[in-house]
Amino acid sequence: MTQPHIRLSDVEMTFSRPDGVGEDIHALGPIQLDLRHGEFFAVVGPSGCGKSTLLELMIGLTNPTKGTITFEGQPINGSCPDGIGVVFQEDASFAWLTVRDNIAFGLRRMALDRREQDERVEQALAMMGLVEFADVYPSQLSGGMRQRVCIARTLVTQPRLILLDEPFGALDQQTRLLMGDEILSLWRKTGATIFLITHALDEAAMLADRIGVMSSRPGQLIDIVETNWPKDRDSRIVENDAFGAVTARLWRSLRVESMKAIGKKDAQA
Amino acid sequence: MSPSTRRLIVNMGWLTLVILALWQGLYALIGDIALRSPLATLQFTAKFVTTPQFATHLAETSKAFVLALGIAVGSGLAIGFVLGLKRFASDIFEPFLIAIYSVPKITLYPILLLVFGLGLSAKVAFGAIHGIVPIALFTLNAVRNVKPVLLKTARVMGLSSTTTIRTVIFPSALPEIFAGLRIGFSLTLIGTLLGEMFASQRGLGFLLMNAIGLHNVDVIVMLTFLLTGFAGIAGIVLLLINRRITAQA
Amino acid sequence: MTKAGLIRLALIAVLLGALEVLVRIGRIDALTMQAPHKMLLDLYAMLASGKLNKAIAKTMGNAGFAFVIAVSLGVISGLMIHRMRRVRETLDPLFATYYAIPVFAFYPLLILLLGLGDAPQIFIGVMLGFVAVVVNTLNGLDRVPRVLLKTARVNGMNGLETALKITLPSAAPYILTGAKFAVAYSLIGVIGAEFIMSTGGMGYEISFAYNNFDNATMYPLIIMILVASISINMVISRWEKSLLKRRGLQ
Repeated sequence: MTQPHIRLSDVEMTFSRPDGVGEDIHALGPIQLDLRHGEFFAVVGPSGCGKSTLLELMIGLTNPTKGTITFEGQPINGSCPDGIGVVFQEDASFAWLTVRDNIAFGLRRMALDRREQDERVEQALAMMGLVEFADVYPSQLSGGMRQRVCIARTLVTQPRLILLDEPFGALDQQTRLLMGDEILSLWRKTGATIFLITHALDEAAMLADRIGVMSSRPGQLIDIVETNWPKDRDSRIVENDAFGAVTARLWRSLRVESMKAIGKKDAQA
Repeated sequence: MSPSTRRLIVNMGWLTLVILALWQGLYALIGDIALRSPLATLQFTAKFVTTPQFATHLAETSKAFVLALGIAVGSGLAIGFVLGLKRFASDIFEPFLIAIYSVPKITLYPILLLVFGLGLSAKVAFGAIHGIVPIALFTLNAVRNVKPVLLKTARVMGLSSTTTIRTVIFPSALPEIFAGLRIGFSLTLIGTLLGEMFASQRGLGFLLMNAIGLHNVDVIVMLTFLLTGFAGIAGIVLLLINRRITAQA
Repeated sequence: MTKAGLIRLALIAVLLGALEVLVRIGRIDALTMQAPHKMLLDLYAMLASGKLNKAIAKTMGNAGFAFVIAVSLGVISGLMIHRMRRVRETLDPLFATYYAIPVFAFYPLLILLLGLGDAPQIFIGVMLGFVAVVVNTLNGLDRVPRVLLKTARVNGMNGLETALKITLPSAAPYILTGAKFAVAYSLIGVIGAEFIMSTGGMGYEISFAYNNFDNATMYPLIIMILVASISINMVISRWEKSLLKRRGLQ
């Protein structure tokens, strides 16, 4: 399929200041990006560069000030299109529902009969290793488990594009590596296109087919790195010699931008 | 029964014993001129609550309290929700609510009496004005503090506003809302009683005021005992429910 | 002033204006409610004549006493109870249900114990305010970050020093919340007691004025109490906000 799964054309985002005082904030863009069907795309960038804004544009929560975003040929306009799923950075599990009910909640929008609903929920529970926790409340689970609940809730709608906004941000490094493996296996099983935002270079380098590097604000794509990893990879790819080269290239582009982001005026490469 | 519930009931037991001991000690010091012993109070209460006279007064107070509580809870929740959902409205009205909360409402009684006259509506008004503000404030804060990520999730799932309020905002805010309801319950009760003391010829509050005027120690001590007991038990029940709800949050 | 503040002022003005109009045209009869402008004039007249200054001083003074006692006793008790876990657990249900107890029923008992002077009213004011201060103090003490207490120990600070230099300043905003409640409760306790049984003070005068249809006295007194409690509350709130702001919590 030569048509991109999702296309961002000349997308820009400008925020006006809250009390109308001062200049507008040019947060993002212009951005040109085509995501291929079924690819795993990661985005890295310094803090404040607009990564989360980019994600919100792609799920239709905000409209870009300029430019268009088309998903499967249709423009995105104000509401989250069918077929896109998202996992946020913060814990979005509902504390008052059991794990199973949390996951089932994801099917609200879809008119499925009871049997099909139950099937999908069981599938999602199995995929995320939550079967024995199905009747437990999120407050009794660790942070990592709660994120799995959120991922399961997204999977249950069988989305064709899954966006993840630093989903493992609050987890320790070892858990992150393992979760990375899980995401890869999910990706292979579902065949969905994955768009992952992360601040961890090694995570991006290990997981993605392509990695976009964003500049500091206003965020633009200054480099796209192709990794050419085999599809059946896992976290042991870090042993590959080419891995070091990828992370080195990412850091070369990113170092200057990161210094700009923390306010170092005369940043030099 | 969970261990914490068991602990609460055991503590209640200890507290009751301590209070009874203090009561008995105080009685030994003061004597019948201003107090009755716990035992005498129990005996008097047993006799009095079976009289039809008591039943009438109890019915009167219950009616007023239930009405006042209904108004306080209904309006409080409604106001709290509306202000909690609309940032601009809460910016304007929250300071008003806080100011009203900080005012000793007993000062407003004469005005309420002038507006409502003596009788049921005045009592209900007294009770309601005590409870409505804390319920509104707690609800306002609870709704406002719903985690933004949950609201984003609801939008991504394409839920309508009413569905979002019903299935996401309300359950998420419920523990804090309930804490406000508990306070509203206590304050509405005391407001209704005070209203009866000043604005009525019927009801338990009136009985109390009357007894104070006539220095009828039996009735004073009995009513204090009954009302405190009721408030205590209702309070514990609400506390347990609140804990149950919070445990799931 | 913020936009919201301006709108609030406008709303108050509209409300007062409507009240004024409704009383003037007779929709609300003068026996029930006075026109706002008349209330202000009456207030001025009352203060100028000094007729009720003694009553005002008595009530405000007693409420002030009750406030100071409630806050000091409350904070100290809070500090002590915080260290005694069993005691705190036992008292928890009491704290949760305290405010539904008809405290005024103890008034006759208190008169017998403490005489007919100002003491019973002050006592009731303290009884009402004390628990609010304790509960909020406990809440504040709960929130003192452990790491600060560890720092105190590492620096060799003893119990009293830690309490004064670390615990209390850390818990201060929450203690102020309790103090705000104590303001209202001291006034309620004193004025309520004056309503029930007294020979002086603002509560008595309001009750007397009410019974004699003397709106010219009643409304100004009520306004004075409302203004006093709202202003004191605002002052404490400002202080509380500045404390929280300094910590980046506001």
